[in-house]
Amino acid sequence: MKVLVPVKRVVDYNVKVRVKSDQSGVDIANVKMSMNPFDEIAVEEATRLKESGAVAEVIAVSCGVAQCQETLRTAMAIGADRGILVQTDVELQPLAVAKLLKEIALKEQPQLIILGKQAIDDDANQTGQMLASLLGWSQATFASKVELGEGIARVTREVDGGLETLELKLPAIVTTDLRLNEPRYVTLPNIMKAKKKQLDTFTPEDLGVDVNPRLKTVKVCEPPARSAGIKVADVAALVDKLKNEAKVI
Amino acid sequence: MTILVIAEHDNVQLKAATLNVAAAAVQIGGDIHVLVAGSNPSSVAADAAKISGVSKVLVADSPALADGLAENVAEQVLALAPNYSHILFAATASGKNVSPRVAARLDVAQISEIQAVDSADTFQRPIYAGNAIATVQSADPVKVITVRTTGFDALPQDGNATVESIGAVASVGLSSFIGREVAKSDRPELAGARVVVSGGRGMGSLENFKILDPLADKFGAALGASRAAVDAGYAPNDWQVGQTGKIVAPQLYVAVGISGAIQHLAGMKDSKVIVAVNKDAEAPIFGVSDYGLVADLFTAVPEIVAAL
Repeated sequence: MKVLVPVKRVVDYNVKVRVKSDQSGVDIANVKMSMNPFDEIAVEEATRLKESGAVAEVIAVSCGVAQCQETLRTAMAIGADRGILVQTDVELQPLAVAKLLKEIALKEQPQLIILGKQAIDDDANQTGQMLASLLGWSQATFASKVELGEGIARVTREVDGGLETLELKLPAIVTTDLRLNEPRYVTLPNIMKAKKKQLDTFTPEDLGVDVNPRLKTVKVCEPPARSAGIKVADVAALVDKLKNEAKVI
Repeated sequence: MTILVIAEHDNVQLKAATLNVAAAAVQIGGDIHVLVAGSNPSSVAADAAKISGVSKVLVADSPALADGLAENVAEQVLALAPNYSHILFAATASGKNVSPRVAARLDVAQISEIQAVDSADTFQRPIYAGNAIATVQSADPVKVITVRTTGFDALPQDGNATVESIGAVASVGLSSFIGREVAKSDRPELAGARVVVSGGRGMGSLENFKILDPLADKFGAALGASRAAVDAGYAPNDWQVGQTGKIVAPQLYVAVGISGAIQHLAGMKDSKVIVAVNKDAEAPIFGVSDYGLVADLFTAVPEIVAAL
């Protein structure tokens, strides 16, 4: 069976973004871009399923600007067999991405689509669930364990207060949480090999999808700053401050 | 305008998060209904009927809704959707699980994790781990929203709404519930606790984390952890405070052995009072803490316990 893994190109998680002075957005010119960390976990999981023999092919797909090719090459260096880029310069919101991925899924007919639970730029946490809904598939979000059986996937999920396990009929959508796996270190030979792997490009028009943004960003501001307080000399001073100044105990 | 709030519950008790979501609904303005979708959720419905400002509680009772399966709950919400201008979920594991399914089927954008209401169609939400706040406007006919509970003060429970049974949808049959491992704890729930004591990578090990227990006991606090501590296996994932974990805003937040990575600060910087204990005087956590103590946590924590 085939597994589809959507990957997003985002500002690297180590970069502290700055809000533009005209409040039109955050400044991402000349900052380091990387694969969304949760998507990396998704690619790793798909690759492990392939290595275990349960999966025949892993296809990475990315939606966005031409440079998303680099993100796809990273996915292929981890272990994806080929890549698909849906190329557009339009700002893509989760609903549009879900619609694009739906068309790719209908073309490729995967039995499983593994996505990151959220992207660390817009922090939306929507695309996987939306895709499941548009396809009419089952879903298990925030996965910490995935096992494949005959026509089913058994997924353990991270929920408030603990874990829960669901059985999904395939085809299904899984979104990854932190503890699902630890992505491997990408080696140079695999980066070289990834350069030769197949990468197909479509446009939203090819797929017949309207990707125009639905939400209008009115402005983007800095959050109210929290000023640093004081350093206390010792434990006695700390407890005194908490009791008599902050009055929280 | 009529607003539908999706109640968060375990079939027995209404979760406090619902009170914060209802508070967001009040700010949007309009008639407020609450949907309780579950199995035998009559006690939850009775709790929901007491939320101040709610006019009606709709109860869908079916075994198919017992375990909050996203496919079934989404169908239940969709069955009601045409009657509403706004559909609000808590931005919790269960709310986030269901909400986008509803939005996509309605062909509308979802507005995730709003923390302020500017008007009935304009909302503020954090992006980039809270390093920027976006004000977004929706032109969609229905606004499907998840609400960051720390952004809105819980409504009092002094109301008296009517409770109405509605037809429950049939199971979609795509997924089934196998089991649940709920961590048993006498401590308050992390998201709503008055005091949170969190440990970071500086704790060093799973065993060392136990030194926070007496401190949490003294404060009646919930225990939390940084992502680094969770990644290292020192603490369970549902303790995680931060961009990818829980967002908390307690009266007192005590960060022990936490350096203060951006992604952690995103989850706790709205706390009223922040205390940091770290042996590295340069740790970024001191940049947001009200009271910083530069000390070795293994000696400082027992000292604090003794001094309380």
